[in-house]
Amino acid sequence: MDEITELISFSIRAIFVENILLAYFLGMCSYLAVSKKVSTAFGLGLAVIFVLFITTPVNWLIHELLLRPGALSWTGVPALAGMDFSFLNFICFIAVIAAMVQIVEMIIDKTSPSLYANLGIFLPLITVNCAILGTSLFMVEREYGALQSTVFGISSGIGFFLAIMSMASIRYKLRYSNIPEGLRGLGITMLTTGLIAMSFMAFSGM
Amino acid sequence: MKFIEDIFNKLRPDFEKGGKFEFFYPLFEAKETFLFIPAHRTKSGSHIRDAMDSKRLMSTVIVALMPPLLMGIFNVGYQYLKASGQPVEFIPAMLIGLRYVLPIIIVSYAVGGVWELIFAVTRKHEINEGFLVTGLLFPLTLPPTIPLWQVAVGISFGVVIGKEVFGGTGMNVFNPALVGRAFLFFAYPAQISGDKVWTVTGDKWVDGFSGATPLSVASSHQSDSVIAAVENFGSGAGVSDFSLPNMFIGLIPGSIGETSAAASLLGCVILVATGIGSWTIMLSVILGGLAMTLGLNELAPNNASFLALPFHYHFVTGGFVFGLVYMATDPVSAAATNIGKWIYGFLIGVIAIIIRTMNPAYPEGMMLAILFMNAFAPLIDYLVIQKHIAWRMKRAKA
Repeated sequence: MDEITELISFSIRAIFVENILLAYFLGMCSYLAVSKKVSTAFGLGLAVIFVLFITTPVNWLIHELLLRPGALSWTGVPALAGMDFSFLNFICFIAVIAAMVQIVEMIIDKTSPSLYANLGIFLPLITVNCAILGTSLFMVEREYGALQSTVFGISSGIGFFLAIMSMASIRYKLRYSNIPEGLRGLGITMLTTGLIAMSFMAFSGM
Repeated sequence: MKFIEDIFNKLRPDFEKGGKFEFFYPLFEAKETFLFIPAHRTKSGSHIRDAMDSKRLMSTVIVALMPPLLMGIFNVGYQYLKASGQPVEFIPAMLIGLRYVLPIIIVSYAVGGVWELIFAVTRKHEINEGFLVTGLLFPLTLPPTIPLWQVAVGISFGVVIGKEVFGGTGMNVFNPALVGRAFLFFAYPAQISGDKVWTVTGDKWVDGFSGATPLSVASSHQSDSVIAAVENFGSGAGVSDFSLPNMFIGLIPGSIGETSAAASLLGCVILVATGIGSWTIMLSVILGGLAMTLGLNELAPNNASFLALPFHYHFVTGGFVFGLVYMATDPVSAAATNIGKWIYGFLIGVIAIIIRTMNPAYPEGMMLAILFMNAFAPLIDYLVIQKHIAWRMKRAKA
């Protein structure tokens, strides 16, 4: 019971307090570019949740069994046991993420061509979405366990999802606003992001 | 009134196109329409003629804000006299309260008004009475000891970033007064939270007087029962006692306008009776808070936990009523659809209680909860409308 409550509060922290987008400002590019329509934002948000849900635990396994200092001791070869491959973290994580994104892309292309067309270049760009890689790197840096990593991956995705959905619906509303000329487009989006981030600070300290 | 009208008619050519003060037309227009029925006529499109235009609407909100304002002024003086050990009388309390509250309101109106004027003149829109509400709502959410320069910074941030960059009144996503308040809250925590800011003590001889609020007591007490901790807190000399009636009437330390649940409820009656404030939102905030508190009471490990505080205590303390009456019902930043209002209000109540009880950093959560839900109100509306469209499509096909 205690473990479950702990995981729930851990998840809430990752969604609201340390929102990957609003607290660390990772994944900004796709957030700004794809938040023009609620339906595409919804699709991208789901794709990010899915990719994070798969890649974070897989990356955890790779880090734990292959790359971290002393990870290879399970082979029984003394020469390997002392090796530290953690310098390969980046390239391995990116490779896993790229493979995952390819799969997601094929699924979306097959099931919803309109969403595929709407997401356009930003779907393959999830590969280099800093939110995805950032989540994996945070997981390594903070030394999460297997279960924690999975929950952390999903929660980061949900945080991204909530932020981009809120932004997309606000931009939908702002279509009818008489915004000062210089601020139209990206300017007002940045300002709104700042205000949303301020509202998310309500949970900081939890 | 005729002679005022004559003055306006005489001045009008100067301010209209080609006149020497053409640039300041918004200022002239604002003054004129505030006093009289505007002379200009609508030219195109369909229009509804109704006495309840946005000017009257905002003026009614100002009237509804009077009870918490007056109560707040009295309470500032009351706390001052009580902290300094003097006998509490009505007139001196009001005078002392005015001395501290009036400058805050004047600064808020003056600085905010200047921004409003700058934007109205350069962007050629009218000065809207919405600003009168923001300019009064904002000071009421501040502690009476706030430095005046912070009032100026806060109202500037609220008016410019919270409202004008979105295109002025009616377009803002977040409530401007709340944006200003939250900005100050995060930027200068020392002057706006903690125990030392709620009571004006004026002179140095009671320097560092600690006027804890009921919520801060409830979140950090040492005794066996949270209710007893709040109730018995006032037994020390010079501190307000936090009995239930006292908290309801509002004779406790806190932000200027928020302490009195009774005064805010009076304003609530005005808003609901005139149909300006949405009773749906108010009721659903209360329901959300109630549901969350009941749930937490079940979860509370023992009577000493903050989680065990019953709902009627949550209701009368902090800015719960003030927030739900004046902030949550802001028609611009709240959800606009009927079902959306229920969801929006309910979630405000739930989140406010969550922040209060579970977030050790902030004993008060009403303002932050409303700001948070402001960010999601457009999404709620969008989903409700999409749902509605889907439902009607289905019916049309059948």
